[in-house]
Amino acid sequence: MGTPVSQQTRDIYWRENRRLMLILGFFWFVVSLGCGVLWVEPLNRIQMGGFKLGFWFAQQGAIYGFILLTFIYALAMARLEKRLGLEEPDA
Amino acid sequence: MSLTETTYWVVGASFALYIVIAIRSRASTTQEFYVAGKGIHPIANGMATAADWMSAASFISMAGLIGLSYNGYGGSVFLMGWTGGYVLLAMLIAPYLRKYGKFTVPEFIGDRYYSNTARIVAVLCLIICSVTYVIGQMKGIGVAFSRFLETDYETGLLSGMVIVFFYAVLGGMKGITYTQIAQFCVLIFAYTVPAIFISLQLTGQPIPQLGLGSTLADGSYLLHKLDHILLDLGFQEYTTALRGSTLNMAAFTASLMIGTAGLPHVIIRFFTVPTVRAARTSAGWALVFIAILYTTAPAVAAMARLNIIQILEPEAGQALLIEERPTWFKNWERTGLLEIDDKNGDGRIQYHADPERNELVKLDNDILVLANPEIANLPNWVIALVAAGGLAAALSTAAGLLLAISSAISHDLLKRTLMPQITERQELMASRIAMSLAVLGAGYLGLNPPGFAAGTVALAFGLAAASLFPALFLGIFSQRVTREGAILGMLSGISVTLIYVFQHKGIMFIPGTSFLGNLSPNWFFGIEPNAFGVVGAMVNFTVTLIVTRFTPAPPEEVRLLVESVRVPRS
Repeated sequence: MGTPVSQQTRDIYWRENRRLMLILGFFWFVVSLGCGVLWVEPLNRIQMGGFKLGFWFAQQGAIYGFILLTFIYALAMARLEKRLGLEEPDA
Repeated sequence: MSLTETTYWVVGASFALYIVIAIRSRASTTQEFYVAGKGIHPIANGMATAADWMSAASFISMAGLIGLSYNGYGGSVFLMGWTGGYVLLAMLIAPYLRKYGKFTVPEFIGDRYYSNTARIVAVLCLIICSVTYVIGQMKGIGVAFSRFLETDYETGLLSGMVIVFFYAVLGGMKGITYTQIAQFCVLIFAYTVPAIFISLQLTGQPIPQLGLGSTLADGSYLLHKLDHILLDLGFQEYTTALRGSTLNMAAFTASLMIGTAGLPHVIIRFFTVPTVRAARTSAGWALVFIAILYTTAPAVAAMARLNIIQILEPEAGQALLIEERPTWFKNWERTGLLEIDDKNGDGRIQYHADPERNELVKLDNDILVLANPEIANLPNWVIALVAAGGLAAALSTAAGLLLAISSAISHDLLKRTLMPQITERQELMASRIAMSLAVLGAGYLGLNPPGFAAGTVALAFGLAAASLFPALFLGIFSQRVTREGAILGMLSGISVTLIYVFQHKGIMFIPGTSFLGNLSPNWFFGIEPNAFGVVGAMVNFTVTLIVTRFTPAPPEEVRLLVESVRVPRS
């Protein structure tokens, strides 16, 4: 278990976590509900190879975006935990 | 070797594999039975989660839903909705519930809301969501058997039940995890191989995701051509056809996303990894494995639709002669998935958006995936593989759901509420009995599907979004939310959603009991019943927060519990 975690460390960790979530959540919205649904018409005027861009986001791009966001979150949190000395022992 | 023989061999081999795994991974403790001893590697858990997640609906029906029912763009709601939820799961739910470190979702709700009533309400919500979902899987097993192995529906369903019984009762989560990994490999191979062949045939591009944006033999872009052909046939353009309105599409997508993050059989998969860090990366891997199928599906949808249209109209303006229709067409007519009616008596099959003129009167969604290999003239072993893949998808999801149901009964109802004095050995026995009963119950519902069994999978998401997700989210992100708030929130969220669905589709889906009729003018802001979960979730959030303001704050130990789940080490 290691040393107990101070209240200050907890607060910093939680604040940083929420900040990261807000940023990534914003991009989560943009790639899916944004580009794939709300702004699909203007984006469809742009042609990317055989795809209309809005259609591409709705059926392909959003999913690639989600993968990227999930791994960015996992890496950033692991880094934050390292910085604050909150890493878990490997079980 | 005939097609049926080949199919028996391939499906038989896959089943033998699942049984071998089951025997090698028996569970001997409750920890192994409920959470596989928390020793699953994050990548392995990602694969198991992907199989757990991708059901008969994803494998067999989704491409057809996109390509046919939703006419292209409208079907994007499933693609974005059923993947975007993993981002929510990875950031908002999974790491904290893994840190909490116990066995079930209702257990967390019961502890966080310091109340056995909350625990039981959560068990109820879990059972409502999971049972509506599991019926679809049992039907999928029966249908796949009867179509590919030429058994009757009942025999198929019973064989499926025996297999699930074997590994789920023996191995619990441990057995389920390892079989799900095998099932993922079978199903993803079975899905991508025909897709690669078809993409090659149509566009010369082996990667279907790229093939969708490539050119056909005549030099025109595939999607352009599909848009034009569909417009000529009286349909909407493939790449822009909305499902309802923009608001409806946004609500549908959001409901599926939030529901994904609130479905207990998915959440408990993240209890099986060793650390909080592993829970986060595991969600990423799950998404990678799911994306392999989910980015292939839209390519299959567009390519198979184009193929079918071109077969029906071999030369421009000249429909196919009924006598000249291919063998696969006749085969699938026998199953009732395809039906023609030569209305104008010219001996040809006219396919048209106008129901008056259309002579392909039945074109089932499932045809797009099931008949795909035959349409593209692929060898028998590929067709057999599709059968094994469909079964793997249905079995793996059914097992995950059954575990969620049975652990809620043996752990939350029995151990944590009714009989706290039972020993671990007794609880393990109880969980095996609960699992056996759950398998039998699901089999019974599969054999005697209640009226509401059709199309209930999307409903399960709405219910999970409206009941469990808000309670979990607020339980982690607020220390102030009270038990009264959470209980009333869950009950009002699930009731509002059920009432909305019932009033449009009939009470318990019994035809004739819908008091508003399933008419889009009566829809609330034009939101269809399957998309209503997001409204239910908002009702849940609102009720919870208002009631919380007027009820006494939770005790100190709840504040400490919330503090502890937020931080990975403490």
